[in-house]
Amino acid sequence: MDELIARALNTAQLRGATYADVRVVETTRQSLLVRNGLVQGIAQAEDAGFGVRVVVDGAWGFASSHRLDLGEAERVAEQAVRIARASALTKRGDVDLGPPVVQRGSYRSSVEVDPFTIPLEMKLELLLRADAEMRRVRGVTATEAEMVFIRQRKIFASTEGSFLTQEIIESGCGIEATAVGEGEVQRRSYPNSVGRHQQTRGWEFILEQDLVGNAPRIAEEVVALLRADPCPDTVTTLILGGSQVALQIHESCGHAVELDRVFGTEAAYAGTSFLTPEKLGRFRYGSEVVNIVADATVPGGLGTFGWDDEGVPAQRVDIVREGIFVGYLTDREHARQLWRLLGPSPYVTGVSGGAARAMGWNRIPLVRMTNLNLLPGSWRLEDLIADTDEGILMDTNRSWSIDDRRLNFQFGCEIAWEIRRGRKVRLLRNPLYTGITPAFWRSCDAVCDEDHWVLWGTPNCGKGEPGQIAHTGHGAAPARFRNVRVFGRR
Amino acid sequence: MLGDRRAEALLKDTLACSRADETEIVLLAEDEALTRFANNTVHQNVAETNAAVAVRVAIGKRLGSAVTNQLHPEAVQQAITRAEAAARLAPENPGFPGFPEPRPFQPVAAFHETVAAAAPEDRARMVLEVIRIADAHGAVAAGALSTSVEEVAVANSRGVFCYHAGTRVRFRTVVHREEGSGYAERVGWRWDALDIPELARSAVERALQARAPRELAPGVYPVVLDPYAVQDVVSWLGYAGAGALAVQEGRSWMNDRIGTELLSEDVTLWDDGRDPAGIPLPFDFEGVPRQRVVLVERGVPRGPVYDTITAAREGKASTGHAPLRAWPESASVGPTPMHLFLAPGDAALEDLLRELDRGLYVTRFWYTRLVHPRDCVVTGMTRDGVFWVERGEIAYPVRNLRFTQGYVQALAGVRGVGRETWLLGNGRFGAERVPALLLEAFTFTGLTEY
Repeated sequence: MDELIARALNTAQLRGATYADVRVVETTRQSLLVRNGLVQGIAQAEDAGFGVRVVVDGAWGFASSHRLDLGEAERVAEQAVRIARASALTKRGDVDLGPPVVQRGSYRSSVEVDPFTIPLEMKLELLLRADAEMRRVRGVTATEAEMVFIRQRKIFASTEGSFLTQEIIESGCGIEATAVGEGEVQRRSYPNSVGRHQQTRGWEFILEQDLVGNAPRIAEEVVALLRADPCPDTVTTLILGGSQVALQIHESCGHAVELDRVFGTEAAYAGTSFLTPEKLGRFRYGSEVVNIVADATVPGGLGTFGWDDEGVPAQRVDIVREGIFVGYLTDREHARQLWRLLGPSPYVTGVSGGAARAMGWNRIPLVRMTNLNLLPGSWRLEDLIADTDEGILMDTNRSWSIDDRRLNFQFGCEIAWEIRRGRKVRLLRNPLYTGITPAFWRSCDAVCDEDHWVLWGTPNCGKGEPGQIAHTGHGAAPARFRNVRVFGRR
Repeated sequence: MLGDRRAEALLKDTLACSRADETEIVLLAEDEALTRFANNTVHQNVAETNAAVAVRVAIGKRLGSAVTNQLHPEAVQQAITRAEAAARLAPENPGFPGFPEPRPFQPVAAFHETVAAAAPEDRARMVLEVIRIADAHGAVAAGALSTSVEEVAVANSRGVFCYHAGTRVRFRTVVHREEGSGYAERVGWRWDALDIPELARSAVERALQARAPRELAPGVYPVVLDPYAVQDVVSWLGYAGAGALAVQEGRSWMNDRIGTELLSEDVTLWDDGRDPAGIPLPFDFEGVPRQRVVLVERGVPRGPVYDTITAAREGKASTGHAPLRAWPESASVGPTPMHLFLAPGDAALEDLLRELDRGLYVTRFWYTRLVHPRDCVVTGMTRDGVFWVERGEIAYPVRNLRFTQGYVQALAGVRGVGRETWLLGNGRFGAERVPALLLEAFTFTGLTEY
């Protein structure tokens, strides 16, 4: 592989590149799905290839291929250079990456038990047991149990002198039960919905989730939801479960602080952001209990790594400090652009925060979330409920939608309970809530403590053209928000 | 590009390696290039060459699968071995009817040399023209122009072999001028299916019209939807309930309504993977020829699309809508229509606006998500131009609105259908051809600040 990398970098430079990097990525993905008691599939996918990114005549070019041979390395590097020259036909300024980044080393996810060493039989048995436990509950019409394991080996090398190897391992799992009644369809998921729960950990993560132990509860809840009262249409106090807080962070903070969006480069697809540069360090994003960091160093997150896909070391960056917006997610190019626009300040260094990530060998790095974490507060959940005179507790995301500047959102949850005089008094179905991002986060008056804090995994974040799916992490605990508009299915 | 002969040789060699009772191989190959622009300059410009084989084997009724994107014999053999090992471990799946028998299919022309040969300079020149048009109006353009060659081949041990090569060119742009934005998009398999300068001009014009939007209270309004918004409606109806698995599990908007009058009689919706007016793919990922399936006929649901396994449950034949089953997750989705056509009417856009009299004219929907599967209730935002219409003419732009609306109910109130249809992309395979619609009522539930 060293020879392929050298050939690609040399070819790019000989053809005129002033900067080039090569990423070789090999991914193994093992997935198992049990549905309604039947094994729907046991599959393993192997995917490998390399991508060459170049700057020529001050403009970007990128080409990639699945064929890992020297001739292809030369062809792809030449193609990248030709593409960059075509880009330069429209350029309005030269690409500026700032000071060189020179890193060398290796990194491996912190894994106690490599999930690829666990026999498939053991994995299947666990899934079949969880599935069977859900189907024992009368009224459940469909069940699913799944596991996913990913091993990604990456080599990054650049003409600036970086050479890095990384091995990232992920383990994910989830169960889901569906019940169908008259004109009603309900679903409950555990530990998370829409893309399961996942971390950069090993088999120990799967065992900790206790899918089998939670299966009866999930199934009983989905059946109960068929007969539950609809969520009322009102303005009230809202307590969100941790996984829903994670989604709220992802959509209304994570995407809003991606600096490429702020500068318009996602305008045609993912959208832009309301968090424009003049707000940095000044804008009250949330209440004083809202502290958010982007932390690629925290163990176990789907956004945890040694270096990002530009070779920048993993970092922890403040995003919201005591409610004030103080930082962006950045890559090299956009960090430099911000520095040119605003000049140096406590919030602007001109150096990348290490948030450039690519889905694989065939995609370029974009500004992506690492682990965007809401720091824990001091409340216990039972105390938070007891402290709430009237409100609604919602848990587990069912639908999510937000406008293209990340302001107007509407989220639906799988389940809710009405709270009266500090107690959960009745189950509610089809709950939805809506709001405007800063008003919502400013209404946050309580966040639960470290005991309730979970580093949730979101393995399905879409952005970019051609499309890229990123795996991001979100540390979150249940939190309370005042005066929120809630309603039921319309 | 591999070509049909190399594809056939590869698949047959792979089949020969398998010791399973039954084997199915799907080959997917692509060469894609995409030129992305924003702030009136190209900022991302990429190309990819990739190919993968997806192997599915059955040992009795035990199934296993594997995928590799390395096509040399050793890697392919390893994929077969992994799939066989997985199948030996899997409990029997009593519902597995076996892989399909060969059925004759008609190849469809969907390959255009000019698209296949497009160079980065060709795309850059086209993008330059878009930028020039935006610049001339003081506007800022962003978007992407992509060209690709896709090859799909399927073979199985019962004698199925089919191969298809197609091209695709897709252009889309969002143009901003002050607070206004406009949108334009088309997809096609021929380069000349898209008039890119004309699309750019229409996006610029929409952006200029959309400046200085006024606030409009959320509420229920009659609407004219541009085909961009109509595509969203049609896509969700297809994805969230027009497949047999969703109907069999009772979670489709079609449940208990097949054969009944549900939508407006102006609504006729079908799926046809063989129609060159779309982006054809004439067989599915099991190698079954795609049938033209009428999903809704003059407002009456006629039934879903099937793959082999859902068809076997009802003693029917597959309609040729199988997903790529080598990935277990596809078992949750089941068969899905990917080549939807909504029947056009006879109205020009101006006629629809005149008929609307007072209401909203919406360019497109964005970030739409299913809130509830029954009635296909969807929430999302308007984007890139929404206008208040008075006495049949655009009066002024309004700020973007959130809607939460049952798409089934929306289509029950169709008062007019456009005569022009646009082909719009939706994912890697397939596309949807839809007209504009005038709807009696649409529920807007919130607004935003721009």
